[in-house]
Amino acid sequence: MSLLLQYTLIFASVLILVALGGCFSEHSGVINLGLEGIMIMGALGGALTMRSMADNPSRLLVILAVILVSALVGMLYSCLLAVACINFKADQTLVGTALNLLGTAGATVIVKAINTAANPDDVSSIIQYVGAKKAFTVTIGSFEFSWFMLVTAILLVASYILLYKTRFGLRLMACGEHPQAADSVGINVYKMRWAGVLISGFLGGLGGIVFITAGVSEWRFEYGVAGFGFLSLAVMIFGQWKPQRIALAALLFGFFRALGNVYTGFAFLKALNVPSSVYNMLPYIISLIVLAFTSKSSRAPKAEGIPYDKGQR
Amino acid sequence: MKRNLLKNNGVQSLLASLVCIVLGLFLGYVVLLIINPAGAGEAILTVIKNFLTYNRPASQLKYLGNTLVKTAPLLMCALAILFAYKVGLFNIGAAGQYCFGVALCLYAALGLKWSWLPCMLLAILGGAFLGGISGVLKSYCNVNEVISGIMLNWIVLYLTNMLLTTVKEATSPYTLALSTTNPSALLPSLGLGKLFNNNQYVGLAIPLSILMAILVWVVLGKTKFGYELKATGFNKNAAKYCGMAEKRNVILSLMISGALAGMGAAMLYLTGYEQWQCSTSSVPAMGFNGIAAAFLGGLNPLGTVLASFFIQHITAGGAYVDKSMYCAQISDLISAIIIYLCGFVLFMKYAMNRSAAKREEKAALKAKAAAEQDASDRKGGDQA
Repeated sequence: MSLLLQYTLIFASVLILVALGGCFSEHSGVINLGLEGIMIMGALGGALTMRSMADNPSRLLVILAVILVSALVGMLYSCLLAVACINFKADQTLVGTALNLLGTAGATVIVKAINTAANPDDVSSIIQYVGAKKAFTVTIGSFEFSWFMLVTAILLVASYILLYKTRFGLRLMACGEHPQAADSVGINVYKMRWAGVLISGFLGGLGGIVFITAGVSEWRFEYGVAGFGFLSLAVMIFGQWKPQRIALAALLFGFFRALGNVYTGFAFLKALNVPSSVYNMLPYIISLIVLAFTSKSSRAPKAEGIPYDKGQR
Repeated sequence: MKRNLLKNNGVQSLLASLVCIVLGLFLGYVVLLIINPAGAGEAILTVIKNFLTYNRPASQLKYLGNTLVKTAPLLMCALAILFAYKVGLFNIGAAGQYCFGVALCLYAALGLKWSWLPCMLLAILGGAFLGGISGVLKSYCNVNEVISGIMLNWIVLYLTNMLLTTVKEATSPYTLALSTTNPSALLPSLGLGKLFNNNQYVGLAIPLSILMAILVWVVLGKTKFGYELKATGFNKNAAKYCGMAEKRNVILSLMISGALAGMGAAMLYLTGYEQWQCSTSSVPAMGFNGIAAAFLGGLNPLGTVLASFFIQHITAGGAYVDKSMYCAQISDLISAIIIYLCGFVLFMKYAMNRSAAKREEKAALKAKAAAEQDASDRKGGDQA
């Protein structure tokens, strides 16, 4: 039971972080479909840091370094989206998709190059981080607490405050609702959108490292992040672009994802004798059903997906 | 006055695509240089040469045949993406529709022992069904087709593995070989295989896919139905106001798009060229590469034929790079870079239009100045 709780919380953390990233980007007016790619890149940065700091005795240092590197890599990668979609007015769906493909292909090439350089016989795309992973967990009874859960909680509260209680957040949201009006009162729409995308890069990169350290201690980068970036977008829509609702939605989705990992631990579920593939499908099926019922009354930012052109006022 | 070539839309698309290709290959080369400077030049040449790396013309022909065999399904996926995009929909679910097509046609061929035509029809129906789900969700529940597409991709992947596990070889994770289990399900060769040094995989699929490209071009460009679909894509509300069934159009175009992708799956897997691995952990890249091909082809069905061949050409070429230094995914990286660069096509066209306009303006000014000069000269002459 505590295992189910643990997995639910850690997967919910991933979903909360990435969905908040999507939330910031969309509130500024840019649809970020490239979250999946951003997650992979952030995960890559974090995993490499963890591997290089495997013997570091200071836990705090490891945690800080990993978080910082993943978030920074995510931000850097999100610049690709920002440049294309904000400055060059590219199709946001196309560029987001390109970032996802680029993320998986790029991470695979990088990891394979590093592995092959270290050992010519090693052509795998796996990074192991068993040692450093221990720095992130504290065992309380049979429950394995991860510091990432705390970080997520803090960031969730911070996002809420940033979005609703500060001048920056309100201006950001104005740019996603009516950029022309925002511009007319002196807000620089391009800058605000850049800020939105960069924040989504920060949170997405962080979500990536949390995801790959959630259940395993090595990751094969050819797999990408198994559609979690898109699940997060579903969470964001279900959460109606509001941080507090996103958190609840993420817990629900996290629960179904966790069920796939631990269902063998429950006698009655095991007795049903359902193939494991069905449990793997569950989060995606649930999200489709949920989206079908909640998207009708969508409260999406009005101007999302439309490139802002100063000349069109 | 001479017509400016740069202002021609087709020329602009071609130029923009060429810029994307050259830049994409160059960036790929830079990545190779960073990984290992020693073999980078040779590796990028290998990727570009693909089947030409073989010395004997006979082998070259044979491997050109193999590239063509995989170009056909890629072209179908690209057409699927293109068809939906013309209606304003981004059918990223093409990858899942393709996957579902694989599942159905292989199961019908290996499990039910059907012959090739019904197998292919089943794959087409399967793809259309999946596209229809996305379409219904889009038009009646307002679910973004990209998100529903991705969710369906993952659901279908697990379904495919489950279904095809029932027809797999006992000792390997692969499905049974088509040529030994049920030869009647193999696509007819039409004697085309002989042209490619007896490549048994070359056959009906290749001309059929090109035929479909022409058909898509005709339907979208020359029929009332295609016009209605495109109008729906431009402005849903205006289309509705004009009496077009906009909801039906959205569903129908996603169904057609799915059918194209499903047909593409049958075109590859019914040649026996590939067997499905029942422990596959991500949807086949074919659907995603289709995005690259569609956009690189300038969203023109006929341009897409060439672009599909190019993308498949470098993807196959990636398999030949020196594995002790680089990995085959370098081709995936290059095509991903090309897709990213395709995002800038709009801007490139804008820049070309602007430079053409500027030049014209300059020429007009010059002509005007010359005329004035001329007039004042004459005036001066009169006064003297």
